Amino acid sequence: MYSTKYMKPNSTSEALDAINSLGEGKFLAGGMTLIPTLKQRLANPDGLVDISGCDLDSIADEGETIKIGAMSRHVSVAESAVVKKAIPALAKLAEGIGDRQVRNRGTLGGSVANNDPSACYPSAVLALKANVHTNSRSIAADDFFTGMFETALEEDEIIESISFLKPTKANYVKFPNPASRYAMVGVFVAQFGDEVRVAVTGAGEGGVFRHQEMESVLSSNFSADSLSSVNIVSDGLISDLHASAEYRANLIKEMTKRAVV
Amino acid sequence: MSEGIGASVQRKEDKKFLTGKGRYTDDINRAGQVYAHFVRSDIAHANIKSINTKVAAEASGVVAVYTGEDIDVGGPICGWVVPNRDGSATHEPPHPLLAKGKVRFVGDAVAVVIAESLQEAKSASELVEVDYDELPAVVNLETASSGAEIHEGMAENRYFDWELGDEEATDNALNSASRVVKLTVRNNRLVPNPMEPRSALAEYDELNDSYTLYTTSQSPHLTRLVLAAFMFQIPESKIRVVAPDVGGGFGAKIYVYVEEAVCTWASKKIKRPIKWTADRTQAFLTDAHGRDHINNIQLALDSNNKITGLRVDTLANLGGYLSAFAVAVPTYLHGTLLSGLYDIPAIYTNVKGYATTTTPVDAYRGAGRPEATYLLERVMDQAAREVGMDQAEFRRLNFIPKDAFPYQTAVALQYDIGDYEPALDKAMEMIDYKNFENRRSEASKRGKYRGIGVSSYIEACGIAPSAVAGALGGRVGGWESASVRVDPTGTITVTTGAHSHGQGHATTFAQIVTERLGVPNSSVELVHGDSDRSPFGMGTYGSRSLAVGGVAISKAIDKIVEKSKKIAAHLMEASADDVEFKDGKFTVAGTDKETAFGDVALAAYVPHNYPLETLEPGLEETAFYDPMNFTYPAGTHIAEVEVDPATGVVEIVDWAACDDFGNLINPMIVEGQVHGGIAQGIGQALLENAHYDENGQLLTASYMDYCMPRADDLPSFKVGYTNTPCTHNDLGVKGCGEAGAIASPPALINAIINALSPLGVTDMSMPATPQKVWKAIQDSQSVAAE
Repeated sequence: MYSTKYMKPNSTSEALDAINSLGEGKFLAGGMTLIPTLKQRLANPDGLVDISGCDLDSIADEGETIKIGAMSRHVSVAESAVVKKAIPALAKLAEGIGDRQVRNRGTLGGSVANNDPSACYPSAVLALKANVHTNSRSIAADDFFTGMFETALEEDEIIESISFLKPTKANYVKFPNPASRYAMVGVFVAQFGDEVRVAVTGAGEGGVFRHQEMESVLSSNFSADSLSSVNIVSDGLISDLHASAEYRANLIKEMTKRAVV
Repeated sequence: MSEGIGASVQRKEDKKFLTGKGRYTDDINRAGQVYAHFVRSDIAHANIKSINTKVAAEASGVVAVYTGEDIDVGGPICGWVVPNRDGSATHEPPHPLLAKGKVRFVGDAVAVVIAESLQEAKSASELVEVDYDELPAVVNLETASSGAEIHEGMAENRYFDWELGDEEATDNALNSASRVVKLTVRNNRLVPNPMEPRSALAEYDELNDSYTLYTTSQSPHLTRLVLAAFMFQIPESKIRVVAPDVGGGFGAKIYVYVEEAVCTWASKKIKRPIKWTADRTQAFLTDAHGRDHINNIQLALDSNNKITGLRVDTLANLGGYLSAFAVAVPTYLHGTLLSGLYDIPAIYTNVKGYATTTTPVDAYRGAGRPEATYLLERVMDQAAREVGMDQAEFRRLNFIPKDAFPYQTAVALQYDIGDYEPALDKAMEMIDYKNFENRRSEASKRGKYRGIGVSSYIEACGIAPSAVAGALGGRVGGWESASVRVDPTGTITVTTGAHSHGQGHATTFAQIVTERLGVPNSSVELVHGDSDRSPFGMGTYGSRSLAVGGVAISKAIDKIVEKSKKIAAHLMEASADDVEFKDGKFTVAGTDKETAFGDVALAAYVPHNYPLETLEPGLEETAFYDPMNFTYPAGTHIAEVEVDPATGVVEIVDWAACDDFGNLINPMIVEGQVHGGIAQGIGQALLENAHYDENGQLLTASYMDYCMPRADDLPSFKVGYTNTPCTHNDLGVKGCGEAGAIASPPALINAIINALSPLGVTDMSMPATPQKVWKAIQDSQSVAAE
């Protein structure tokens, strides 16, 4: 990696001051994407602002929602009694990210801010009607993800926490890329009374997306069988070395069926 | 508990490796050390118009920058050549240490930047300006002959065009066959991926005008020989090569690579020690890859389903330069194995080796033998299906009968011994073959396709009888050396030319000494990996360490025992002819006299009472052993799988391996080798593939896209053995390191085809990824619907 300046502020406001003091600074959360990128000399920021000291790692039950600090490591979410009780599907998702090392370092906020089209967390944010709380505002999940690696975040905006709406029932099933074990297709299904939300990650050229047809079918009949008639079109799906758009379309339906139990 | 031959002694080396205390090349640091970083081509094929190193040379911390024009020593050489069909020789184009005028694959080294720190070397490398004139990439093996010329004057990009066997007899067999089974298979290209990337640390001693090179090598003596005699043309005694702990090789660390040679050469120029260590990306791009063949197969059967002939036409992709043993892999390590363990009267094979603008390809665990086994076991399955015979019984029908040994194949090799039916029977029993159809029906009720696949294999190991290797084009000997030094207190130091990089030699070799001399395992120390500390040796590859190196130790022990008997006879005032040696004690037949081995050792070094007139003091012997023949491990692996039609995911639900490795020295280590080999074979069959795009860019150049097998991809393996001891070495051993990787890919692919055969699926290429399997199911259903 290129040499760079390392800063570790103690609050989000200090972190903002730090980033503003740099020309092309980068926030560093868990570093699971940024550090490898730096090591390969694919990025050359003039400073890293490590936000792990900003006290952003609490997990709390707030009644209708579970509020998780942005710096919560995947392992913390996976092992949280609060999360496991209220939204076990979210704990299951966190438990399935990467490997032990990644889960010990990677964070919720880092994953969501990066919006990797193959990351698991964005599907939970979208399906669980989450609100993304930054230092300046709250952004509804439906407005947050704006495209592959793109979000509604401004340059000097830090995610502080995310509130997930407690569902009646939810599940996450992913088909991992055999090599990277990122989601080749991951489907988060959440039921809120009569409403069902289905968020798909790993498959869309524009990143995570909701599948409205499956949502409406499942809203009227929450069963795997009801999905048989749904036709998943492959337009707009990623086609790469590991999976064609056609195969991904098949996996979206299949993973959704497996998530509906 | 016994610590001798046949005991599962725990590995002595595990403590340091499992606690992270191994000492690898990159762990070594020398005073005044600087760091090398290579500027590599990011284009597959181009002429170099100019290289400007001026700015880089002036950058912070830079000590020196060199290009191909600066280097005045030769590049890597070819260790094996074959004659072409027309009598001409293999084309051996030069491989400069740094590119001269042209680059031939992405990763080809163009310049080296040496700096005080690695970061400074990397930063300065970005300032080296290379002006390329891009040429068309040559990636596709099938059309390589009509691609852009890669090496000047090398027609059709062909390194060689070789044949073996009787073409006329084979074509006659095909013409008169009652059935000819035809199949084309591709052996996918693999990246070796040893855990430790390649590394080199070179130091020049000005006072002695000599070099020390620490390097990640499976064969340090060969590295010294090649560097001194062929590249630098200096006395071998002026180079010491040390291969300390090495974290896996799988073939990729046999050869001398440009990086270690450049560091050695430059260490004299700048008179500073130079370190280079590959990062994982460089390992993907520059470690010699494995496999990459296309085989067109024709198998002739008579009306009784007996094989009467086999013709195999093979294209081999050897990459941008000819690596050291690249020629041997598709020819003498492949063509000679085409008889498998079957009685085939006529075999003919033609192999054309092509250059492409990709990473050079060379030996990788099994080297030629997995490719031969894969194509043969695929066509055997295809044949069994076509004639409607059970896959196991079709093989049994065609096995070489056990009373036919020694068996001369139609492709040069003579198998000394074997008995193939018991291994097949045992594997079938281990996996409960006879009740398979019940399991298939049960799986079908759960919506899964269940399949079973057989692979019976043979390999030629214990590489190699020198005279045979020489007659076939090898340029090196195939012997191994060992010295056994008995210390005055009776402890033993064994030095070997073999190199352990995961094989457990420190344990296994000590067991041979324990068995023969009766000393405890803990009293035996193994020295290897240093050209200054052990006699010249050939290194470790081709499942040879035990079958050749271990036998050399046994030969040296013979000499120790012979001399010890003379000393013991003197001590016991008896005739040496009457002295017997057993369990560490010398006795005189018909008396109660006895002397311990330790007393004899002491007498040899403190010769106060010693036959000095007729016998030298001391107790140290060296032996060189050149095998009479290859060894022939063989066996049967059977895989059982379940395919999920909704996703194409293949789950390996059971695996039975029954191997004949001859005598086993340490069954636990052998079982580990079998597990590792099968895992590697499963990697090839299901997961791994080096994929180049049309521009010659390696798309699978990291673990994000190149899929290595993980623990959860693997089943528990059932491992069993039969034993027909090798007839021509003292230990009766055959070698076990490569067998798993050789046997397993066709077992798995045959199982998948078997699972999908009710749908009409008859072919599946490697790697059988979920997408590919799913597509095969979809296509079969759309065919059925039409």
